[in-house]
Amino acid sequence: MTTVSMTVNGKSVSGDVEGRTLLSAFLREDLGLTGTHVGCDTSQCGACVVHVDGKAVKACSVFAGECDGSEVTTIEGMANADGSMGTIQQAFQDYHGLQCGFCTPGMVMSAAALLAENPTPSEAEIRHYLEGNICRCTGYHNIVRAIQAASGQDVAPVAAE
Amino acid sequence: MPKDHGIGASNKRREDVRFLTGRGKYTDDINLAGQAYVHFVRSDVAHGTINKIYTTAAAAADGVVGIFTGADFEGVGGLPCGWQVTDRHGNPMQEPPHPVLAQGKVRHVGDPIAAVVATSYEAARDAAALLDVDIAELPAVVDMKAAVADGATKVHDELESNLCYDWGFVEENRDAVDTAIKNAHHVTTLELVNNRLIPNAMEPRVAVGAYDPTNDESTLYTTSQNPHVIRLLMGAFVLGIPEHKLRVVAPDVGGGFGSKIFHYAEEAFCTFAAKQLKMPVKWTAQRSESFMTDAHGRDHVTKIELALDAEGHFQAIRTETYANMGAYLSTFAPSVPTWLHGTLMAGNYKTPLIYVNVKAVFTNTVPVDAYRGAGRPEATFQLERVIDVAAREMGIDPVELRRKNFVTEFPYATPVAVEYDTGDYNAVMDKALEIADVAGFDARAAASQAAGKWRGLGINTYIEACGIAPSALVGQLGARAGLYESATVRVNATGGLVVMTGSHSHGQGHETAFPQVIAEMIGIDESMVEVVHGDTANTPMGMGTYGSRSLAVGGSAMVRATEKIINKAKKIAAHLLEASADDIELKDGQFSVAGTDKSVAWGDVTLAAYVPHNYPLEDIEPGLEETAFYDPSNFTYPAGAYICEVEVDPDTGKVTIDRFSAADDFGNVVNPMIVEGQVHGGLAQGIGQALLENCAYDENGQILSASYMDYAMPRADDVPMFSVDHSCQTPCTHNPLGVKGCGEAGAIGSPPAVVNAVVDALQRNGRDVRHIDMPLSPSRVWSAMNG
Amino acid sequence: MHNFELVKPTTIADAVSALGGEDAQALGGGQTLIPTMKQRLAAPAVLVSTAGIDEMKGVCLDDNGRLCIGGATTHATVAAEAAAHYPGLAALASTIGDPAVRNRGTIGGSLANNDPAACYPAGVLGSGAMVVTNSREIAADDYFQGMFTTALDEGEIITEVKFPVPEKSNYQKFLQPASRFALTGVFVAKFGGGVRVAITGASEDGVFRWTAAEEALSADFSTGAVDGLSMAADGLINDLHGTPAYRANLCKVLTVRAVNAAA
Ligand SMILES: Cc1cc2nc3c(=O)[nH]c(=O)nc-3n(C[C@H](O)[C@H](O)[C@H](O)COP(=O)(O)OP(=O)(O)OC[C@H]3O[C@@H](n4cnc5c(N)ncnc54)[C@H](O)[C@@H]3O)c2cc1C
Ligand code: FES
Ligand code: FES
Repeated sequence: MTTVSMTVNGKSVSGDVEGRTLLSAFLREDLGLTGTHVGCDTSQCGACVVHVDGKAVKACSVFAGECDGSEVTTIEGMANADGSMGTIQQAFQDYHGLQCGFCTPGMVMSAAALLAENPTPSEAEIRHYLEGNICRCTGYHNIVRAIQAASGQDVAPVAAE
Repeated sequence: MPKDHGIGASNKRREDVRFLTGRGKYTDDINLAGQAYVHFVRSDVAHGTINKIYTTAAAAADGVVGIFTGADFEGVGGLPCGWQVTDRHGNPMQEPPHPVLAQGKVRHVGDPIAAVVATSYEAARDAAALLDVDIAELPAVVDMKAAVADGATKVHDELESNLCYDWGFVEENRDAVDTAIKNAHHVTTLELVNNRLIPNAMEPRVAVGAYDPTNDESTLYTTSQNPHVIRLLMGAFVLGIPEHKLRVVAPDVGGGFGSKIFHYAEEAFCTFAAKQLKMPVKWTAQRSESFMTDAHGRDHVTKIELALDAEGHFQAIRTETYANMGAYLSTFAPSVPTWLHGTLMAGNYKTPLIYVNVKAVFTNTVPVDAYRGAGRPEATFQLERVIDVAAREMGIDPVELRRKNFVTEFPYATPVAVEYDTGDYNAVMDKALEIADVAGFDARAAASQAAGKWRGLGINTYIEACGIAPSALVGQLGARAGLYESATVRVNATGGLVVMTGSHSHGQGHETAFPQVIAEMIGIDESMVEVVHGDTANTPMGMGTYGSRSLAVGGSAMVRATEKIINKAKKIAAHLLEASADDIELKDGQFSVAGTDKSVAWGDVTLAAYVPHNYPLEDIEPGLEETAFYDPSNFTYPAGAYICEVEVDPDTGKVTIDRFSAADDFGNVVNPMIVEGQVHGGLAQGIGQALLENCAYDENGQILSASYMDYAMPRADDVPMFSVDHSCQTPCTHNPLGVKGCGEAGAIGSPPAVVNAVVDALQRNGRDVRHIDMPLSPSRVWSAMNG
Repeated sequence: MHNFELVKPTTIADAVSALGGEDAQALGGGQTLIPTMKQRLAAPAVLVSTAGIDEMKGVCLDDNGRLCIGGATTHATVAAEAAAHYPGLAALASTIGDPAVRNRGTIGGSLANNDPAACYPAGVLGSGAMVVTNSREIAADDYFQGMFTTALDEGEIITEVKFPVPEKSNYQKFLQPASRFALTGVFVAKFGGGVRVAITGASEDGVFRWTAAEEALSADFSTGAVDGLSMAADGLINDLHGTPAYRANLCKVLTVRAVNAAA
């Protein structure tokens, strides 16, 4: 066991971990931040995406010990200071960008990383950027629209009857 | 004006807030004090005899609290099958036992042999590495036709053969169909494969078992679409625990698509071990385990013949299908290739004679069961493909050929035992042609050609039977369960309502859509209604969510319960208003006496129900809570027309879906936003089946696509923006909401559209390709193009 | 996975000495090693992370105009920082995996692993780059020795890779639809002295040079030069995603496309 310390969603935390403890396990089990999901064991689904030092990273594919001293942001840290949902989160609700919600934390974190790099991505750029995030429910249509909307682009409202 | 409230409004989903902020509660988020963790040692061979299991070293490893093998489950029941099919000759299907942990033999890669329970997952896995299993490998049975050939190795030694059943439907039509085909002007024959799929809900399965010795109660938290069904199957058939001593909770569930309907060994194991070890026992599937333990879908090999007269009228259809059951019968497996498939072979067409033969086969592969659409995609695919081929053979436009044969008068009794209540197939076809801008196809094809790409157009229709289903009918068909749904509506003293439903939401948005119905009925705001689901302790016995049944069946139960509430409330209001109950009207949350200005508010009536000071106690009981069980009188029959436009890269065979349009008739729609989302998701799954997904086995029964490295899931850049429409609405005639169900349509209707489009692109460019089996990978398309 | 001790040296020398211990293994971005360890296919006792070794990170030009990339440099960094100097290679890096993978995965890890469907091997072999380790320099032509096999010795780490910069280059990656690695990928580099064509994803022997195409393109760098060539299907990979004949076709189609797109 070694002790790791990091800043998670703005709070300093520390814990004792084994060498093999993954960041995803540290977040979920030690810190109780169960918003970060684990959907695979081959680093492909993206349900676990968090930000480490400002960059999107698959929390299932990095050891907690490697993040000693890092700044980590998870889905739990994406709301506004007053507790209301952040722009991307709100757009996902407004445009029905989620169904079962399992891929959603990773999608939101990837979307945030994309918008930080590219504030007004095209549809094709969004689809390409989400290459490492699998969603089985939505067919991606409304995820793409939610991200476009979150970036301030005009998007037709959902399902006009 | 779009509605902003009640039925027909695209209310934003209230469940989203917890999902978007990381506060969803999925089964893996549940950790009980003192819990242990189980790791299953699974077979890495497809077929073998277990000689001996050496557990001593593992049992001595750090942190191990228990090791279980098949021997510990002697005297415990096996996993039951919920559907018994009767074969062509009137005999029951062959039904082998399905032990929780393998006994004597292993029958597929992933079959659980032993379970190591320890204080952490890693400790359990470390110990499992010390457990030694001596297995004598046997030849694996993989190919279905070889499995039923004389002298084939048997998957189950105690059965006569690997044939589970040989089913004929409708058996009485067999000779007439043969004759019609023999005498037909034209017969189109097509042999095809409906590829095996792995459902891949993004949340892997999880089970947490707990036991409370103070009251002898067991609790199972599990990733299920139907907690009551699991309680009944596991309690009554496996572990012998009566319902009142067993609670099953399915909290937030990260997608199901059928794969979380079934009762799985791991659920029974965790419940059993928790009681034995007197500590909670948790299992979280690793995705690589999901690939070899979640029930797979589809896997049919079919020959279909369509007989037509000279004008193109359908005369008869004959099919022969081999349907893979895998190594054991999963919960509803036998029903999928039969009642969910044979009954749909009429499609949207008035074919007078149909005969469907299905041979269900045991193989050394993972069990196969319902996956989004279940049986109906298989029916739709073969029918819509053979019609397309027939149209080309006869030189008739594929749309015209379909229109010529559409059922246009309702109700319509098909020759395969079901009766369509309503529909308008020309209307959805017209709508699809319009939203797809088929008129502009030629110009787009020319533009593609100029860019070196081949464009193709694929069109098809589909019909499905969902909202399952009348209990009496399914009982006759072999179901060992009823298929009603339940709801309890509890009105609180201050007027708020709680709906406790037997349905289960794992993405479908019940918590948002169900209140819209009640809000409409009573005339109150949705925020006054809360939905509770997923816990047998606080919901009435219900059959759960699958087969696009939540709103059609579960919603109907809720409507019935709410009607009872309203009736009683009217009596209370009548008392308060000193009027006759018959004269009371409910509108916008106010009860009024017809033709007067006397009224009383909803909240006053509900308060009176619980504070019955001025109350007709001699006539009615206090309180305001009602339960209804709704058993539908028929299936519902959503239908639609789908149009796909592809571009094929002639150099590489890569298919790109450029446009996809879906016009569906779901009857009435409660929340259009949710309905569209369901269609989008179904389309992506259907496109995935058509272009990408394939669970392949080698001849030794090893899965070749056992992870996302080889099992191609549709990603964001594999699909286009979809154009969907549900404005053609012929309401269901037999449920109170007039709804038909929308959950499976996309997955049912889209695969033939994609394949039709690719074949069209190749034929337009002079390639004589009649059919390509799914998935239409670049390599397969290129090989077909290059003969 | 089995437990291990994680060590985080800050110099190459410390890393090399840590790797001298029993069952010690280098950890780059972990994007291959961690999933492998989850399957218990690798069980090191000590993992030596290269992430904290500054002298192994970054992109620069040396005095000979070669582009030098530190062995612990992530794919994302190469995609961003090599773009001005060697656009073909930067573009290759930007096609590896997905953004999260590119933020962790390193060139050293990718080359050490030498997956037969990986992208960097095509760029390195196609450039005729030099793989620099803690103890020697290995020419690309000697470095790749078949699927998952390289010239590296036990405990040897890739500290840097030096790329001669071609006049024009391009990488064409045809996606394996599930893993999104290269079903086949072709890197074409046109140098003053000739053309190199390296192909990944296709051969059972890992990345290789298509010498017939190199000769034809060296004589005439145009798509027409490749027209008359065809690749033999023998020895090409046969799997769920493509037959040998299909891969042979892709080799040619992608080479033509790379020549067309070379910049
Ligand atoms: C979802 C996903 C998609 C991917 N897609 C692609 C793709 O399209 N194309 C592609 O090419 N790759 C792809 N990869 C692989 C990715 O590029 C990896 O990052 C890379 O192969 C390994 O690099 P790493 O730094 O992560 O190495 P690690 O995983 O840390 O290590 C891999 C191996 O290299 C050794 N090693 C690490 N660093 C060094 C060093 N400096 N010197 C010597 N040995 C070292 C390790 O001991 C280990 O044996 C993908 C990976 C994932 C998870
Ligand atoms: S859990 Fe699937 S990529 Fe991390
Ligand atoms: S919302 Fe269910 S997986 Fe994306």
